[in-house]
Amino acid sequence: MPDLSKFKATGRETCFHGRHIGAQIYDGLDGSNWRLKDYEQRGGYQALRRILGLDGGAGMTPDEVIAEVKSSGLRGRGGAGFPTGLKWSFMPKNYAGPKYLVCNSDEGEPGTCKDRDILAYNPHIVIEGMAIAAYAMGAAAGYNYIHGEIFEVYQRFEQALDEARAAGCLGERILGSSFSFELHAHHGFGAYICGEETALLESIEGKKGQPRFKPPFPASFGVYGRPTTINNTETFAAVPWIIRHGGERYLAVGKPNNGGTKIFSVVGDVNAPGNFEIPLGTPFSKLLELAGGVKGGALKAVIPGGSSAPVLPANIMLDCTMDYDAIAKAGSMLGSGAVIVMNDSRCMVRSLLRLSYFYQHESCGQCTPCREGTGWLWRLVDRIEHGRGRMEDIDVLDSVADNIMGRTICALGDAAAMPVRGMIKHFRDEFVHHVEHKRCAAGTAAALATT
Amino acid sequence: MTFSDDTLARFAREVAKYPPQHKASAVMACLAIVQQEQGFVSTQAEDALAAYLGMPPIAVHEVTTFYNMYNQQPVGKFKLNVCTNLPCQLRDGQTALDHVCSRLGVEPYGTTADGVFTVQPSECLGACADAPVMLVNDRQMLSFMGAERLDELVDTLRAHAADESR
Repeated sequence: MPDLSKFKATGRETCFHGRHIGAQIYDGLDGSNWRLKDYEQRGGYQALRRILGLDGGAGMTPDEVIAEVKSSGLRGRGGAGFPTGLKWSFMPKNYAGPKYLVCNSDEGEPGTCKDRDILAYNPHIVIEGMAIAAYAMGAAAGYNYIHGEIFEVYQRFEQALDEARAAGCLGERILGSSFSFELHAHHGFGAYICGEETALLESIEGKKGQPRFKPPFPASFGVYGRPTTINNTETFAAVPWIIRHGGERYLAVGKPNNGGTKIFSVVGDVNAPGNFEIPLGTPFSKLLELAGGVKGGALKAVIPGGSSAPVLPANIMLDCTMDYDAIAKAGSMLGSGAVIVMNDSRCMVRSLLRLSYFYQHESCGQCTPCREGTGWLWRLVDRIEHGRGRMEDIDVLDSVADNIMGRTICALGDAAAMPVRGMIKHFRDEFVHHVEHKRCAAGTAAALATT
Repeated sequence: MTFSDDTLARFAREVAKYPPQHKASAVMACLAIVQQEQGFVSTQAEDALAAYLGMPPIAVHEVTTFYNMYNQQPVGKFKLNVCTNLPCQLRDGQTALDHVCSRLGVEPYGTTADGVFTVQPSECLGACADAPVMLVNDRQMLSFMGAERLDELVDTLRAHAADESR
């Protein structure tokens, strides 16, 4: 294989651009300082030392660690926004066998690329966060499930694991304490569904990534049938800061019920796409400014939380702050923090066609409403986009989406349906125009003719 | 099929990550190793890996066929996967795929007559801010691949293939 390094991302555009606000996870990174000694210079592994009582203090009990995380208001950064401390408290305390901890780095939600930059440029913050979580929940072993498409990042993380083991930050009797925790990296190989936590567990067990029925939830029946907690990469990465500075300070960084900073991947029609770590509650307009503003026209619409989140028109979005509650109130979801920006030349039917293709491609096939329904959605949107649609198709589309929602084992069905419903709700006139005129009203008429 | 000692050592490193009774957990990593070394995953390789991991061959085959990145057929020396999902499409991902295809004279999923290139569209690679993005042979991600850089890449890979066949 020839040297292809000149074609590779350096992180300058997406991560070390200096346009974060109050960064906690991305703070001080430059691409070369990912190693353990660099991380320690930034204060790394101090939180782990503190809970183990190795910094001269009294240490913290597992319950105290969980209480601290609860007080921070930290919510899951992978998409669902579930309170992290509460999730940790679900793990059984007096379980006789092994318990597991899993990090979900299967970052494949279209629009999202934040975890990649954490793992590539600050891998030890995830290792430390997981070690703290393992201590809090009594987990003896953990796995970081990394998106198969970012193989070089997987290799980087394995290097960081080797460093952490050599320094005594992982393994038997960590840093000389009585606490032991082993952590390994596991890679995927191309399956969006494995971002769903129980599909991910199946995948770790060496099976097809088909989600499990819940209950039982992973806290009682997880990997190998053992109690397991799964958190997103960014969630674990937030933990060391919380232990070092306190949950209350973390909460104060964001807004009530929305503690801390959040990394947003701003992509699509912006002048400077990238990852931006900002306090939750920051106005959307400020985030857009950090990403260099809209490219190629005026702002038309934003998909604010990854491709599964319902689209919001510009006027609604410009009134929003970037936090779980504000985006939910506006009728969408913060999701993984992927902000897909679209300018006024974009055709919403064409955009939805690409998303609908994706969901029918990635449906695992287990539940009929999703397996069949996502195909119907795609074919209906394809028909409308290509000038063969009937007016009643728009309502059929909405009805199929409605009938998928809530009728499947996992959230992929909802994820396929929500973009459809959002597009029809806010941009119905474009679908009507396609049916009536057999062509697109937006600036992509030429594209329509060629596809 | 028998695996070389080097390959078995790579397998063993993956197996060691999991409890001894759960060797099957290493199947994804081992199949990726097979693909890296042999170019694709044959049924013979699946059967041999199944024996090594103590799994039914069909369980290995289920994994090969479920995950998008396993090649179930031989591919070109360089497999190029260009992301065309919506965030990439907004930043010329589809244009990048079209450009590579027309430059190489293949349809999507096609392989060039000389066996050097296979071109495939792909779903989200998780690098949306770097669009257009692509993978070369599963393990190397290339970013900001506009037409000029794509041409340069094709030239680089083609020259490398020509050198090797000399």
